[in-house]
Amino acid sequence: MVLDDPAVTTPQARTDAPWRHDAKKEDLNVIGKPIRKVDARSKVAGLTRFADDLSMPRMLHMKLLRSTVAHAEIVSIDTSKAAALKGVKGILTGKDLPIPFGILPVSQDEHALCPDKVRFVGDPVVAIAATEEEIAWEACRLVEVEYRELRTIGGIHEGAANDEPRLHDYGVRGNIHRLENLEFGDLQDGFAKAAHVREDTFFFEGNTHLPMEQHASLAHFDKDGKLTIWSSTQTPHYLHRALARTLHPLPAHHIRVIACPNGGGFGGKSDPFNHEIAAAKMAMLTGRPVKIALTREEVFWCHRGRHPVLMRSKIGVNKTGRITALDFHSYLDGGAYGSYGTASTFYTGALQTVTYAVDNYHFRGARFFTNKAPCGPKRGHGTPQPRFALEVQLDKIACDLGIDPAQIRLDNLAPRDSLTANFLRIGSMGLGQCIEKVVAGSGWKERRGKQERTKDGRIRGLGLACSSYLSGAGLPIYWNGLPHSGVQLQLDRSGLVTVFCGSTDIGQGSDSVLTWIVGEVLGVDPLGMRVVTSDTDLTPVDLGSYSSRVTVMTGNAAMQAAERARDIVAKGVADKLGVPASRLVFADSRVYDAEDPKKGMTFAEAVVCAEAKFGTIGTVGSYTPPKSAAKFRGGGVGPSPSYSYSATVVEVEVDPDTGIYRVPKVWMAHDIGRALNAAIAMGQIEGSVYMGLGEAMMEEMVYRDRTHKGNRIFVHKIPSMLEYKSPSALEMPEVVSYVVEDYDKNGPFGAKEVGQGPLLPMMPAVANAIYDAVGVRVDEIPVSFEKVFAALQAKKEGKEARFGPSNGPDGVPEVDFGDSLKIKTPWQGGDGTAWNEPKREKKAAK
Amino acid sequence: MLRLPPFTYHRPKTAAEAAALHKEHGKQAMFVAGGTDLYPNMKRRHQVPTHVVSLQDVPGLTAIEQLPDGRLAIGAMVSLTTLEKHLQLLRDYPGLAHAIAEISTPLLRNMGTIGGNLLLDTRCTYYDQSHEWRESIDFCMKKDGAICWVAPGSPRCWAVQSSDSVPVVCAMEAEFELVSTEGTRTVRGDALYRDDGIEYLTKKPEEVLTRLILPKTGGWKASYLKLRRRDTYDFPVLGVGACVWTDAGGVVTKANIRLGGAGSYAIPATESEKLLVGNQLTDELIAAAGTAAMKPARTMDNTDLDVYWRRKVAPVFVARALAACK
Repeated sequence: MVLDDPAVTTPQARTDAPWRHDAKKEDLNVIGKPIRKVDARSKVAGLTRFADDLSMPRMLHMKLLRSTVAHAEIVSIDTSKAAALKGVKGILTGKDLPIPFGILPVSQDEHALCPDKVRFVGDPVVAIAATEEEIAWEACRLVEVEYRELRTIGGIHEGAANDEPRLHDYGVRGNIHRLENLEFGDLQDGFAKAAHVREDTFFFEGNTHLPMEQHASLAHFDKDGKLTIWSSTQTPHYLHRALARTLHPLPAHHIRVIACPNGGGFGGKSDPFNHEIAAAKMAMLTGRPVKIALTREEVFWCHRGRHPVLMRSKIGVNKTGRITALDFHSYLDGGAYGSYGTASTFYTGALQTVTYAVDNYHFRGARFFTNKAPCGPKRGHGTPQPRFALEVQLDKIACDLGIDPAQIRLDNLAPRDSLTANFLRIGSMGLGQCIEKVVAGSGWKERRGKQERTKDGRIRGLGLACSSYLSGAGLPIYWNGLPHSGVQLQLDRSGLVTVFCGSTDIGQGSDSVLTWIVGEVLGVDPLGMRVVTSDTDLTPVDLGSYSSRVTVMTGNAAMQAAERARDIVAKGVADKLGVPASRLVFADSRVYDAEDPKKGMTFAEAVVCAEAKFGTIGTVGSYTPPKSAAKFRGGGVGPSPSYSYSATVVEVEVDPDTGIYRVPKVWMAHDIGRALNAAIAMGQIEGSVYMGLGEAMMEEMVYRDRTHKGNRIFVHKIPSMLEYKSPSALEMPEVVSYVVEDYDKNGPFGAKEVGQGPLLPMMPAVANAIYDAVGVRVDEIPVSFEKVFAALQAKKEGKEARFGPSNGPDGVPEVDFGDSLKIKTPWQGGDGTAWNEPKREKKAAK
Repeated sequence: MLRLPPFTYHRPKTAAEAAALHKEHGKQAMFVAGGTDLYPNMKRRHQVPTHVVSLQDVPGLTAIEQLPDGRLAIGAMVSLTTLEKHLQLLRDYPGLAHAIAEISTPLLRNMGTIGGNLLLDTRCTYYDQSHEWRESIDFCMKKDGAICWVAPGSPRCWAVQSSDSVPVVCAMEAEFELVSTEGTRTVRGDALYRDDGIEYLTKKPEEVLTRLILPKTGGWKASYLKLRRRDTYDFPVLGVGACVWTDAGGVVTKANIRLGGAGSYAIPATESEKLLVGNQLTDELIAAAGTAAMKPARTMDNTDLDVYWRRKVAPVFVARALAACK
């Protein structure tokens, strides 16, 4: 089917044409237009089939029995009573799935069912399939599990203080999973040059994704030995790999993973999950289709959301507020498993330098294993926590020095087309423009610091913050030199263009992005195209919908495939019309002569011409990100083809008597490079405002910690949609969105990401706005009413007008980070390697 | 959450018949009105009646009727949405109308009834959880367990009164009409409720609440102020119901203040009430009455929001509720 004749793809087409970042708006027919999403009508009409909508004849329902204790060894499991229950068709325990897995090669520490040890309340122990879901549930209640309880590790300080019992027998030592220590430039010199130095401690409580759709999977093992699994996953390729590993010796090419449309993911469906593997195994065991649909509570157990992070930040600035040095410590509460945690740890130190030029930078990060649901990537992955710290600290610096907080940011902007201290390559950089937009829109200069009163006696305040995010991780999850994304096109005689791609639409519109890009290049209507995505049997690999990578990476791959198809079709049409191929225009579902537009044919006729000449028309395109400039160990996290930028002003109204506040209005500007579809981009901006507001005001993954008769009970306090508080429509403020376009040469048509970036500045902006209104600092997320009240009380009593973790030595745990890796900055003549890098140990190469 | 467990559904045609059915099945039976409280609880296996007695066919329970003596009788099955928009209620009993509008969401108010809200099960973050979650704490005394996690040394359950209508209805000294196989009786205000998280009602299980009877208007004013994190679907973590009777000169002759969401029943703020009686409702007096309400607001750590903060802001909420009675 695929024609990929190198002869028709000139080298120039490969290197230049695919980006087309500087194409003029008026020359584009699809890009930039507010076209509806390809799947919009089905979604709105309720016709989209999510994983839980699927069913098959003779299908069994599976339930997981989960640990009721936080940390214990499994002494025995007796499933005999459950097996005797009428309707029960299959039971699995840990011994049936002995091979561990995990999203990162460095942390293969999970089992589909715990074989010997449970590490949090909710860890799965037994899987039971039955003819009815209720029977499977009843059967789980009949299983007897005997536990020998171990001491619970309940958080960052406990993880640092208790080396025993260890949750895992790998990691740095004790319950420290990761320790990172990276030093760029000369910190001593940087602080020596500072006219003003601040040291602050911040805490960001964990929170979760809360997607509307609860995870569900349906697995089917057919009589020909082939396994198919439909699942709510953002990363079918990684799930495919995890299944091939854990179901060994079932060969990988006998496993087909189909990612269903996701009813929201936000990072919570990016790991391979125990329930997916157990359902697959159960289908193999019973020979019947097996479905599992998680309850809301179980989604909280899957988690992989925001890490709770404790941070200490020391920053030095010169007289004018220009940053001279930054010394940043982060301590992450990782929960029970590794998940993406290694990357998360690095991300708490990676992007501080991308918004503001930091000449000298020292980052230390530690991640602890604790007996909580595992943390991982949530929208913004590891960067919202340090962003909160940095943006609040800059606000404090601005206040200390009497500088406008907007101005101090403008004065510190990282330059475009530059390398940062930690060797991240910045391309386009529209943050300055973003700041100017929100400053002008909100009336920042006139309204800030005025403490106006509302009719009901609340005090108004404005807060500003900025951020940056990557447009896709520069490196894949597992080491390989292959493309990150592949797209395959098939052109039918009817004029139909079918796009095959492994990417997964999680509601962000990635299916639509493919059609816009291909539609623009081939001049066909995006809504008339067919998209086949996220099916490992049918579609070329795309690494998944995470790290805001899809638009840039699949977009570039789609562009390349489309350019190649265009070349083929153009050659066919050129012969037919007797016009040079270079003069042909593809637009409005026609192919015609630029000099004589009447001379031409429909796109379908053009495909027929080309097919007559070349045979069946199909092309492929793929994308690999540019090589990173960072060559030191740990430099793999942070590089990206491009960085998006956001700036926001948030307005709050605070009731000084109670600390209760509301957020009536938000101004958010986002540098997206180029909006492929401004309407959808604004949807992402507003969605980010919403999610960020939830984190800022109320969302938290907190645990009930009780001891009774010597037993410690440690369980998620509120795993329900009612009691895990996230904003409702009533809390949603009016949002003024500004789409700033600073075309980036690495993006298709200049595009950068928008799905995650605009979330990041919300949390610090809310905290800064509270300060502007009532003069108190809440250095802790969420900025809940109680904390504002406590800070107000402190102020009233003449104490420090602040709520947050201690700034004293007890505020952060004592951790020996060892020697730092020392890296010379680009302006010190550094080449991206560490000059003192110790030789890598042999085992790392294994 | 699972699907509903199997049960027998009864549709009696009179209140007395409903009471008889309930009595017949004893502990296996529960009444259902709107079902917005009972059915989710059944799906979580908190409440597992095998006989559910619906009141939907009982005549007269959806009526709103002005009694000859000026009181207003509201049938227990009147939906919250109906009351929220009821012109007479909005005009004559704005405090109660406001409390009703504060209950949950429009969708829940469409289904939920005033009777159901008045008899709402007490709530607790140790109790309103899935079966699996409760397994991990080895349950609690309200269902399947032996201990009250809120106060482990306590012999009683501390689940929280969480109805928005109850504090203001109690403050107003409204009456409740109860029907059983033995006939009809009425109880007034606080007398329907008990300070216990499990046995939070004084009525016999088989007694049917048929009507809420509001006092005649004139000479008094009631208000309700709710504290919660979000201005929708959250239950109150403090719900102040206040009712103040004044004479022609504006002097307070009687005052009732009830604190919902702060204990297992709507707690009277007695000291605050005492401060008000015999005085004009000045700003200073209102502030003082608010401050005096901190003591009875004995919040417990089994709802949303910080337990101490809820207590510290109780004076502000009481004062604001009283200000609305001016």
